[in-house]
Amino acid sequence: MTSPLEQKKIRITGPSVVTANRTWDGAVVYRTAQKGWSTELSDSAIVSTSDDARALLAEAAADDVGAVGPYIAPVELKDGGKVKPGNLREQIRAKGVTIDLQVPA
Amino acid sequence: MPLVKQGRITTDLFVHVADGAELPGDGAVLVTAERFLADPEALLRRAGKTGVIWPNNRNLDDLVPWLDRLASVALVFPTFRDGRAYSQARLLRERHGYDGELRATGQILRDQFVFMTRAGFDAFEVKKDADADAFAETMKRYSVFYQPTGDGRVTALNRRMQLRYSESAGQ
Amino acid sequence: MYAYDELDRTLINERVSEFRDQVKRRLSGELTEDEFKILRLQNGVYLQLHAYMFRVAIPYGTLSTKQLRRLAHVARRYDRGYGHFTTRQNIQFNWIKLAELPDALADLAEVGIHAMQTSGNNMRNVTSDQWAGVAPGEIEDPRIWSELIRQHTTLHPEFSFLPRKFKIAITASEHDRAAIKIHDIGLRLHKNADGETGFEVLVGGGLGRTPFIAKTIKPFVHGRDVLSYIEAILRVYNQYGRRDNIYKARIKILVHELGIEKFAKEVDEEWRQMGDSELRLDHRAIEEVRSRFSYPAYEKLPHMPDELKQAAHDPLFERWRKNSVSAHKVQGYSIVTLSLKPVGGPPGDATAEQMDALADLADKYSFGEIRVGHEQNLALPHVAKRDLPALFKAFDRLGLATPNVNLVTDIIACPGLDYCSLANARSIPIAQELTRRFANHDTAGLIGRLHINISGCINACGHHHVGHIGILGVEKNGEEFYQITIGGRADENAQMGTLIGPAVPYAEVADVIEDIVEAYLALRDRPEELFVDTVKRLGVEPFRERVYATR
Repeated sequence: MTSPLEQKKIRITGPSVVTANRTWDGAVVYRTAQKGWSTELSDSAIVSTSDDARALLAEAAADDVGAVGPYIAPVELKDGGKVKPGNLREQIRAKGVTIDLQVPA
Repeated sequence: MPLVKQGRITTDLFVHVADGAELPGDGAVLVTAERFLADPEALLRRAGKTGVIWPNNRNLDDLVPWLDRLASVALVFPTFRDGRAYSQARLLRERHGYDGELRATGQILRDQFVFMTRAGFDAFEVKKDADADAFAETMKRYSVFYQPTGDGRVTALNRRMQLRYSESAGQ
Repeated sequence: MYAYDELDRTLINERVSEFRDQVKRRLSGELTEDEFKILRLQNGVYLQLHAYMFRVAIPYGTLSTKQLRRLAHVARRYDRGYGHFTTRQNIQFNWIKLAELPDALADLAEVGIHAMQTSGNNMRNVTSDQWAGVAPGEIEDPRIWSELIRQHTTLHPEFSFLPRKFKIAITASEHDRAAIKIHDIGLRLHKNADGETGFEVLVGGGLGRTPFIAKTIKPFVHGRDVLSYIEAILRVYNQYGRRDNIYKARIKILVHELGIEKFAKEVDEEWRQMGDSELRLDHRAIEEVRSRFSYPAYEKLPHMPDELKQAAHDPLFERWRKNSVSAHKVQGYSIVTLSLKPVGGPPGDATAEQMDALADLADKYSFGEIRVGHEQNLALPHVAKRDLPALFKAFDRLGLATPNVNLVTDIIACPGLDYCSLANARSIPIAQELTRRFANHDTAGLIGRLHINISGCINACGHHHVGHIGILGVEKNGEEFYQITIGGRADENAQMGTLIGPAVPYAEVADVIEDIVEAYLALRDRPEELFVDTVKRLGVEPFRERVYATR
């Protein structure tokens, strides 16, 4: 596995967060400004420059025990400061599968 | 980096000598394949023992003629997911009859000990102290083996057939 | 059924202990994720979008009811109440917690199930015909050989770190239900002129980024030599398979780059040097494994029992019987396929309740045995014909009597972007929409046999290349698009499908598929001509014209 920091071409084009999966249970988590992880996107540290993104990723990646596979993901900032996932993949990670899970009985 | 041999951590008597570095006058050395093949006789004439570090992408044919005069062959695991040296180890032991030290070097974790031992390795340059300490314990992890290798452990199939044979003999 | 003995059980338990130690070292930080990743993959644990995904092996697709109930237990206790049957005859759970995995494995080990080598660069679950042992005309039960190979390649000290994953499939029937031509090694059991049992060995098949149909490397390898011959292939591959590029690391690339003749020469040379090794299976060894497979005590039953004659008046029963019930080698018995493709449901999913209920029915009607097929359906392999009407009613109540086996709504689909971290696009919602479009079973019956396979990325877990209609999800500027191929097939005449036109966006996929099916209905020679045969006869062009003319 390539270290996330070796993804040198980190260039973000809009507000972004660092996300990963929590090691013990795999849950989707976001890096917070308090150098911790939260399952809530609204708790995440939001960066808007590539340098800040790289720094946040480096800091997050150092916590290999806490979470697995950190990477930078785009978000949208809505009026009133609400944070939304920036693409379909992140929407699915944040909100769950897009299908009805119940197998019809 | 601890060396595990004969099941326990021991002092490594071999010195890894880099290409271009001066050879010590005596004492055991491990040299690269290039250095060894450049002048095998000169190296083997030295007072100390000679071992060769053989890369995992090089055919064994060039090594085979020297096997009975070598004190160690070190096979390389650049990462533990690169398993080429397992085949080389089995070929050295089972096809070419090599019975000197067969050393695993590179990224060696406890999770490979059983596989490596079964493939014929008997010396391990272990990456982490905790893994080296756990060698004996780790080797006890498995008591059942499905496939025959040169290590002589009895396979599950053979144990079953022995059992069946002794049962029918006892009837 | 293969009955595990004390040795098999011991090995599984030893593997569980080892994995428990590995998880413990990971959670304490003693192992980095980089190190642990390879170790967890060797035991079927992936990290997906939402959570860890856990893949459990079902060797050659055979399950006992005890095992199925235990899978239901794992779904309920450690996951979210359902599991997903895969194209490798395995089952996977989507929401397992790493910290609880050792306990789940220990629960499974009690009934002889494990997750060894269900992922990672090693020998994967050896698959076989889901009708093995019951199909009429079969040469012999291929599972005996599957089991011999399974044991030989489990925790193999030389081949646990191959360049890439390695898959073997075995068939013993004329009609290949195990898709052997798209495997790293495909084995076709047959007899030589002297009546001896052996295998045609094929090598280098596979899908993914660079799809290849396997080529015959040896027309006949005697059964007693099959392990040594496989070992020779693996040794050549382990040493020469590419490790510099993950997309070029499968054996198909090595076979392609060397050419089959040169590759065969390397294997033969290695095989010759191995000589008369311990791997040669003597008659007793084969019989030892054969003796551990038990078969039901079939009764002598009539070909056409009264119960069946009476039920023939029920059109729903008849439709289901014609679709889902197949001939058995023993008179008076049938093989019953259960569709896991209900209208609007995710293909291959089963709830814990369905698994439990199915286990009860298998105990009652199928000598306690269930099969898993690569089409992501299940089967009861030994149903007395007189029991079919009662079984139909019970299935219907469980939502398992959808009469769409091998029809247009019997879709193979990978988990796609809803679950998978590799996916570029969603698969399951596409499948769900298609099942709604073709929900009328009479229309589906009119269309006839038609396999739609959907993959959410180029890795092709949904076998899109070999679908009669193949759908491949790709990403274009952040949007989901789908490439559509037609004319692929996975059977003894396996071939890759041909692209029909430009990729279409998510919202248009179902329309395009409907148009393709309509084009087929207009173009086919006669109702019996299957979709795939019409494509073969006419080529892609007439389909392209009709489907893309207005797009």
